[in-house]
Amino acid sequence: MYMYKIGVIGDKDSILGFKALGISVFPTTDTKQASKILIDLAKEKYAIIFITEQIAKDIKDYIDVYKQSLMPAIILIPNNQGTLGIGMNAVRQSVEKAIGADILFGKEGR
Amino acid sequence: MAILQVNPTRMELTGLKKRLKTAQRGHKLLKDKQDELMKKFIELVTKNKELRETVEAELTQSFKDFLIARAVMSSESLEEAIMYPIDKIALEVGTKNIMSVNSPVIHLVKEEKEDNDTSNYPYGFASTSSELDSAINSLKQVLDKMVQLAEVEKTCQLMADEIEKTRRRVNALEYVMIPQLLETVRYITMKLDENERGNRVRLMKVKEMLGK
Repeated sequence: MYMYKIGVIGDKDSILGFKALGISVFPTTDTKQASKILIDLAKEKYAIIFITEQIAKDIKDYIDVYKQSLMPAIILIPNNQGTLGIGMNAVRQSVEKAIGADILFGKEGR
Repeated sequence: MAILQVNPTRMELTGLKKRLKTAQRGHKLLKDKQDELMKKFIELVTKNKELRETVEAELTQSFKDFLIARAVMSSESLEEAIMYPIDKIALEVGTKNIMSVNSPVIHLVKEEKEDNDTSNYPYGFASTSSELDSAINSLKQVLDKMVQLAEVEKTCQLMADEIEKTRRRVNALEYVMIPQLLETVRYITMKLDENERGNRVRLMKVKEMLGK
């Protein structure tokens, strides 16, 4: 079985720590560069790509392309300034898409 | 409801009845599939939400630790320290079929270093701070959960897609296809009956005329 890799895209301050774990780290803050990295990684054998929300919010169109394919799984993570709630929003959106109503988050009053 | 454009013949009627039967059967099967998908999806998405909450919380904490580590050390020596990772991390990816949705099964494979004598960290202790140790340790612990989250979240996305597709099909069958077919079958039966009655009246009339 072929071994797949994990990639992380984000600002350097946030994601540098992952490098110590043996994960490929791609520090960038530039939108254009981030989308280019994303496309490159998707072509290669990366099964999971973590992207910080700060960057993900600007390259949403590129991320949505891979939403329906089995790989890679693009997962949004907070950066060192805390979460923007985009990742959670994506979960909520898929609930709404599947069920038609927001049943998971509604009761908490947001 | 509009009826289909067909000739009101007996042959068309048989054909339509067959189609109606198939449509109803398909509708039932798809409905069952939708119900089961929904059940699985709700189960999974609850897990997804919980996982995401914990990962976000823990990751934020880890980043804070890391930030402190960065503050204590100069960035050059920090980068130098973590330049060469000691563990190699790879992913084993398989696929699982949940109600015709191909979803990934991801396992984290850690290639541990050969000798256990060396430390858990890829750097020497002389030029680094203890904050870095704890930051990297906490990141390591989050990673497992992050991979799990990736698997669950991706599955959820794929399933949401499939549910939407299935729902469209079910609705198309339920509210368009089946009523249309029913209506058409009714129309043809009426037309054929009407023809029959017309024929009988004509025959009766002819017989009456002959009888005179």
